[in-house]
Amino acid sequence: MSAALTVWVKGIGLWAPGTPTWHAFREVVTGEGAPGATERPVADVLPPNERRRAPESVLLAAAAAGQAVAMSGLGAETLPCVFASAHGDQVITDYMCETLATAPAELSPTKFHNSVHNAPAGYWTIATHCHAASSAVTGGEESFGAGLLEAATLAIADDRDVLLASYDIAGTGPLGSMTSTTGPFASALVLSPRADGAAIRLDITPEPGNSGREASGDDWLDGITASNPSAYAVPLFKALAAARPAVLRVAAARGLDLDINVDAVP
Amino acid sequence: MSPLAITAFTATSALGRGLEAHAKAIAESTGGLAPNDISTTPLPCWIGRVAGVEAEPLPREYAQWECRNNRLAWLALRQDGFVDAVRAARERYGASRVAVLLGTSTASIGATEEGYRRLEQGAMPADLHRPAIHTPHSLAGFVASVFDLEGPCLTVATACSSSAKVFANAERMIRLGLIDAAIVGGVDTLCDSVLFGFNSLELVSSEPCRPFDADRNGISLGEAGGFALLERATDGVVAPLLIGYGEASDAHHMSTPHPEGLGAELALRDALARAGIETGDVDYINLHGTASQKNDEVEAALVARSFPARTRASSTKGFTGHTLGAAGILEAVLTLLAMRDGVVPANLGASTPDPLCGPQMAWQAEKASMRIALSNSFGFGGNNACLAFAAAGALS
Repeated sequence: MSAALTVWVKGIGLWAPGTPTWHAFREVVTGEGAPGATERPVADVLPPNERRRAPESVLLAAAAAGQAVAMSGLGAETLPCVFASAHGDQVITDYMCETLATAPAELSPTKFHNSVHNAPAGYWTIATHCHAASSAVTGGEESFGAGLLEAATLAIADDRDVLLASYDIAGTGPLGSMTSTTGPFASALVLSPRADGAAIRLDITPEPGNSGREASGDDWLDGITASNPSAYAVPLFKALAAARPAVLRVAAARGLDLDINVDAVP
Repeated sequence: MSPLAITAFTATSALGRGLEAHAKAIAESTGGLAPNDISTTPLPCWIGRVAGVEAEPLPREYAQWECRNNRLAWLALRQDGFVDAVRAARERYGASRVAVLLGTSTASIGATEEGYRRLEQGAMPADLHRPAIHTPHSLAGFVASVFDLEGPCLTVATACSSSAKVFANAERMIRLGLIDAAIVGGVDTLCDSVLFGFNSLELVSSEPCRPFDADRNGISLGEAGGFALLERATDGVVAPLLIGYGEASDAHHMSTPHPEGLGAELALRDALARAGIETGDVDYINLHGTASQKNDEVEAALVARSFPARTRASSTKGFTGHTLGAAGILEAVLTLLAMRDGVVPANLGASTPDPLCGPQMAWQAEKASMRIALSNSFGFGGNNACLAFAAAGALS
């Protein structure tokens, strides 16, 4: 079957515990470095005031998105963006539900407006003066693949470069035990419908079925992959780090996989 | 863009279940707001509540999805032959060629709130120990499960523009040949998160909301569910059409609109361009019109400066309340009904027009022939969407 969607990767960003940048992650994956201590995400796209106050989900998404846009050399203000997250900011949702159960009239207005699923997209567009379309999506456990499909679709349908950021944070409280998420992870890609000298091409073909995830055998990588739904991006980013042709599958919905052909120009 | 056929559509809100309940309320200018009786501790305000949701649990086979939001989804799906239309589309195209693209703001969070009110040793109570409902994807997961669909399945959660934006997601996927049909729409139900959340922002009125009234003092919250089935427009199919859509960001503030309505205007221009129309072609605009001070000020000015006097415009929030993530689909359905029936909905609730409003505002219901109409939806985070529709047969 011919590829349904072909996009070029112009920018990559990533934050994982122990590798706060895409470059650090790539060094670990290629055996040139080792994971370090877990650092707070550096979201230097946000103004200093916002950075101090921003909830973890916003910092994490903006850190990965900022790296990807910087690598692309494009202006963030021109890029339509898709922010994907399975569960949004679970720390705030836990706070909301706990406060509503005990003293509903005392709910914090700031926490409430930060609780919307599109808070990272909102903060991102405000910080970067981006007037293009922005979206916040979830596909449950398949959020990363669903977001990737949506971003690639948008790039090709509107013939525009598109930013995809996918993030999830650790769950907390009674909600955390429902979502089984144990750690934060975020990744970002700037996807383009044109090559323009980009070194990596993705051919993305939706295929019926879910092939399931395979362990890589690397404890560190497998631990991160299992930590939250956005981290199901790890096998793709490992393939991008290797910069060699690869074929892999990413679940995009119940009963739907993306067959992804990674073609890297050496 | 090539228009898409809206081969089935439906809505359920405080106005009742299905299209005819909505058409009757609009024709008679009878709203559905009532004093709040749903929050766990008294909050003096008016709400748009769907009657009877509590009395109709999900069928046993869907028990793991049980919660107020999915009940309302199930209630809404069963009106106007929508279930049969989807099953026919699945039969026609195959389970992997029909997408489920739904908008919501809070999904099943009401169930999570309930769990926190009656924790068992600090944990979610056993009957609510169902991970599928404690996540924003609950609604789309439920609908995909009901129809056993295996195509793209995405929840858009951009607050109050959510279930308008899903029309755009569907158009892109159909245009690129990824799918042949899409269920679009959305559901949001009243719960403490939204009632006390908007209350904390001091945006909730203690009275029924009065969109575009000079003395408006805030919003009324409501709940609703609605769905539409989108397919390629083919010869011989007489159906209303999606002819355009626009999406844009304010880049201004998380919970206050851009003072000049920049994002709203960009979304409008995008919708007109995709539809290949001009403002003079627009017969009716269903406004976002929440009755908050800022939203209505910005939107009134945008309409007054952009459209000719003959274009009719009104907010239907006075009928239904602001149904948040379901507002986009509910108001899209009301727009399609306005065109179908030739009735411009009244801008219910307003008695003293805000002087910012232009001659486009329809303060009372009007009889009019409408070929082309728009529906505006704006959300937190400065997220804007505008949909453009043509009446069945209008373009042939």
